[in-house]
Amino acid sequence: MRMPTPDPLALGQYRQLIEGLRAIVPGEGVIVDERELAAYESDGLTAYRQLPMVVVLPETTEQVAAILRLCRDLSVKVVPRGGGTSLSGGALPVADGIVLGMSRFNQVLEVDYLNRTARVQPGVTNLGITRAVEAHGFYYAPDPSSQIACTIGGNVAENSGGVHCLKYGMTTNNVLGVVLVTIDGDVVHLGGSALDSPGYDLVGLVVGSEGLLGVVTEVTVRILPKPETARAVLVGFPTNAAAADAVAAIIGSGIIPAGMEMMDRPAIHAAEDFIGAGYPRDAEALLIIELDGPEVEVNHLIERVVAVVEQRQAGSIKVSTSEEQRLAFWAGRKAAFPAVGRISPDYYCMDGTIPRARLPEVLDGIAAFSRKYDLKVANVFHAGDGNLHPLILYDANQPGQLEAAEAFGADILRMCVKVGGVLTGEHGVGVEKRDLMNDQFDEVDLDQQRRVKDAFDPSGLFNPGKMFPLLSACAEQGRMHVSGGATRFPNIPRF
Amino acid sequence: MVETIRVTSEAMAAETIASAYAQGRSVEIAGRGSKWPFGRPIHTDMRLETTGLAGITLYEPAELVMRAGAGTPLEEIEAALAANGQMLAFEPRDLGGLLGTTEGTQSIGGVVATNLAGPRRCVAGAVRDHVLGLRAVNGRGEVFKTGGRVVKNVTGYDLCKLLTGSFGTLAVFTEVTFKVLPAPETEETVVLHGVDAETAVRLMGRALGSAADISGAAWMPAALAEGGDRAFLRLEGFGPSVKARRRYLMETIVGGTVEATVVEAEESHSLWRNIRDVRVFHGRWGQVVWKLAVRPSDAPALLQRLGEQTDGEAFIDGGGAFLWLSLPCPGDAPAGLIRGLLPDGGHATLVAGPEAERAAQAVFQPLPAPLAALEARVKASFDPKSILNPGRMA
Repeated sequence: MRMPTPDPLALGQYRQLIEGLRAIVPGEGVIVDERELAAYESDGLTAYRQLPMVVVLPETTEQVAAILRLCRDLSVKVVPRGGGTSLSGGALPVADGIVLGMSRFNQVLEVDYLNRTARVQPGVTNLGITRAVEAHGFYYAPDPSSQIACTIGGNVAENSGGVHCLKYGMTTNNVLGVVLVTIDGDVVHLGGSALDSPGYDLVGLVVGSEGLLGVVTEVTVRILPKPETARAVLVGFPTNAAAADAVAAIIGSGIIPAGMEMMDRPAIHAAEDFIGAGYPRDAEALLIIELDGPEVEVNHLIERVVAVVEQRQAGSIKVSTSEEQRLAFWAGRKAAFPAVGRISPDYYCMDGTIPRARLPEVLDGIAAFSRKYDLKVANVFHAGDGNLHPLILYDANQPGQLEAAEAFGADILRMCVKVGGVLTGEHGVGVEKRDLMNDQFDEVDLDQQRRVKDAFDPSGLFNPGKMFPLLSACAEQGRMHVSGGATRFPNIPRF
Repeated sequence: MVETIRVTSEAMAAETIASAYAQGRSVEIAGRGSKWPFGRPIHTDMRLETTGLAGITLYEPAELVMRAGAGTPLEEIEAALAANGQMLAFEPRDLGGLLGTTEGTQSIGGVVATNLAGPRRCVAGAVRDHVLGLRAVNGRGEVFKTGGRVVKNVTGYDLCKLLTGSFGTLAVFTEVTFKVLPAPETEETVVLHGVDAETAVRLMGRALGSAADISGAAWMPAALAEGGDRAFLRLEGFGPSVKARRRYLMETIVGGTVEATVVEAEESHSLWRNIRDVRVFHGRWGQVVWKLAVRPSDAPALLQRLGEQTDGEAFIDGGGAFLWLSLPCPGDAPAGLIRGLLPDGGHATLVAGPEAERAAQAVFQPLPAPLAALEARVKASFDPKSILNPGRMA
C-alpha cells in the first residue's frame, strides 16, 4: 500500500510534538514506546501496518482542540481512531502523523426517553448505546456486525450500516447532532435534538466523511422503541434468479422487512458444514426474511411473505415459531464468514452495492471472474438493500493468489459500478478502495469533494491517503484479508 | 424584470452558469416558483429556471427508487407513485397557500432545495433522508454528481445531505434520485379532546416511544381547532396492525380519563393534509409565520411564553418537535424577541411574511461565528464568486 511520502519537516519536530502533547494530556495519555504503539499499527484491514509517530488519548474536548491546534502549528498529520475495527483501513496510521485515539471518551452523557434521544461520547460502543437504554425498552437501530467493539464515533466516520438498513436506515439517518472539533481547534455544535437545524446540513456531511474533516467529540443519536416481536422466514430457491425475484416481489407488494439476507450455494454449504443450521443443501440460494413490529402485524405479514414466495419456486419454506428458532435461522448466516475461513486458508471480503434487480447477472459475472482467476467465491448479500459481500477464497502462500484475489475483487467492484451500483455500501473507501474512486466518479466530481475537504482542512492534515486517489495511483491496493481464520478481532462476528 | 433563462438541458444549465461565473453575474435559481417568497428576498442580475429539466427518467417500484429531472412537477411524481401504491415518505409540504403563491405547483428540485418535510418527519426523516443521488451544476458552471441510486452507499462524501436544504445557494440541481416507499394500506387518526399542550406532548411522546408506532402527532388550541383543544395521533399501515395499535394506544397510552374519538380513512387523510400545509394560517393577510424547532418536551413551555409575550397563535406538529406560529402584525414581535424565547438548542425560521419583513429580519437562525465561518467556506467551495442565490439563506 502506497501512502503519501512522509514529510521530513513533521518528522523533524518529534520532540516538540511530544513535549506539546504531554503538556496537553498528562500521565499515560501520550504513548511513544514502540511496543505500545504496535497496538495501533493497523485496524480491521490487517494487511497494512504502519507505526505512527505517537498515539495520544485525550479525555476532554478542550484537550482535543489543543492537540489539533498543536498539530496544525507543527504541520503534523492526524489520524482519528475509534475502536479500530475499520475494514477499509480508515484508521491506518501514517508515519509522519499522530493517532488520536478516542477510547477515553466512553461515557453515555444523557438519555432522554421522552424525546427519544441519547447524547454519548464517541468512544461508547455501538452496542453500548443499546445496553444503556434497553431496560427502558429502547435500542439504537444501526447494527454493524462489529457492534460489540466498534464505537459510535467510528460509526459516524464510516456511516456504518448493518442488516436492518432498509427499514431503519444507516448511521446518517439515526444521528441528530455532533460536536466537531476543527483543525483550528474550533468547537462547533452541528445539529442537535431540535430537528432540521439552520444552515447547511453539516451533520449529514460529517457522517461518512471517514475522519477527513474533523474530530467528533460528542454524538446525539435517535433511539427507538424495541419492536414487540420479530419472526423470520427461511426459504430455499432452485436458482439465484428465483431468490432475487422473490425479494423484488416482497418489496413490490408493499412490505419492508426488517432484514432480508441472501446466501448462495457455496455460502450455504460452508455455513451448514460449520454449524449445521438446518439450511437446505440442495438449494442454489437461500433467503432469510425477518419481520419485526407489533405481533399482529408480524403475523399478518409472515402470511403474506409466505404467499409471495410460494408463487416463486420456493423449494423449502420454514417459519420461525419461537425466538430460539429465529436465532437458529440467523446462526448460519452470522457464521458465514468464519465458515468460509474454515474451508480456505485466506479470504478477502468485498462490499459493493448494486440495484437488486441486477443480482442474477452480477452473480453470473462473479462466477465468470471466479473461473478467470481460478479462485472460488462464496456470496452473502444484504438482499433488502442491495449490499453484496462476495468472499474470495485464496491461499496467500501460493504465489500469485493474493494478487489474483485483489484483481478479482477490483473487477467485482467495477462491475458493481457498471450496473448502476457503488464501490462500497458500508465498509468505507479508506485506503482499500481509494484508487478505484475514478471508476465511480470523474475528476469534476472528485474535485468538488476535494474542495469541500479544503473548506474544513486546507492543509490536508486529517487522515491523509484515505478516500481520494493518490495523484499517481499505483496498482497495488489494500484489502480485508483474513489469513488462517485469524482476524485481528477474532471475537467480533463479521457478516 | 430580470432576464430569465429557462434551461432545457443539463449542458445548457452548465453553460448558463459558466458564463455567469465568467462575468460575475448573480443568478436566482428557480423551479416552478411555488416557494420563491421563502427565504431572504434577493436581487440578482439574472434568473435561471429549471422547468425545462422535467420528466421521470427512472422508476423501479420493486427497487424503491425514482429519478427525475429537477424541474419535474411534484404532482407528476406523486401520481406515478400512487399508481404503484407508493409515496414519498417524508410527506412534502405544500406551502403555496401559506406563501401566497399557488398550491400544487412544486418541482422535485424545489422540494429538495428547501428540505421541507411534513408531519411524518418525526418518524420517517426529512427530505435529506430520502435523497439518494444528485446531478448538479456548481457555481463555476461545472456538472458534478454525488450519491447514486442505491440506499446503502458510503462512497465519498455524502454531498446529497449537504445540498438538500441549501436553497439553491450551492448548486443548481439538474436531476434528483430518491428513495420511495410503500404507501400505507390504511390510516386513521385518534383525536383527543380537551387536552392541554402539556398533556398532549407527554402523551404524544409516550406514543412515539411505544409500540403504538404513530406516524403523526399534532396539537391545536381551541382557537384553531373547532370545539376545544385537540391532539391528533395518526396510525398508518396494514389493516390488522392499525386496529391492534389503536387498541394499544387507547388502552395503554391514553387511558380512560381522556375523551377520544377516531377519524377514519379519507377524513383522516385530509386532516393531515391540512396540518401538513399549515392550512389554519392560510389567508391571514399581512401575517408573519414562524416555524420553531425545539426538543419536543420544551414545546409546552415555549408555547406558554409565546402566549404571554406575543399576540400570536400557534400549534404543535411532530409530537412537539415543531411549533407553527402566526403573528398578526409585522414588526410587533421582531426576530430577536421570538428567538429570545427559544429554549437551549431551539431555532426559528421565518417561513412566510411580507417582503419588507423578510428583508429586515434574519429569516434563518443566525449561526455562532465559527460555524458561520465554516459554512461560508463550504459555500465558497461550490460557489466561489457567490453568484448562486446570494443572500437567500441569510
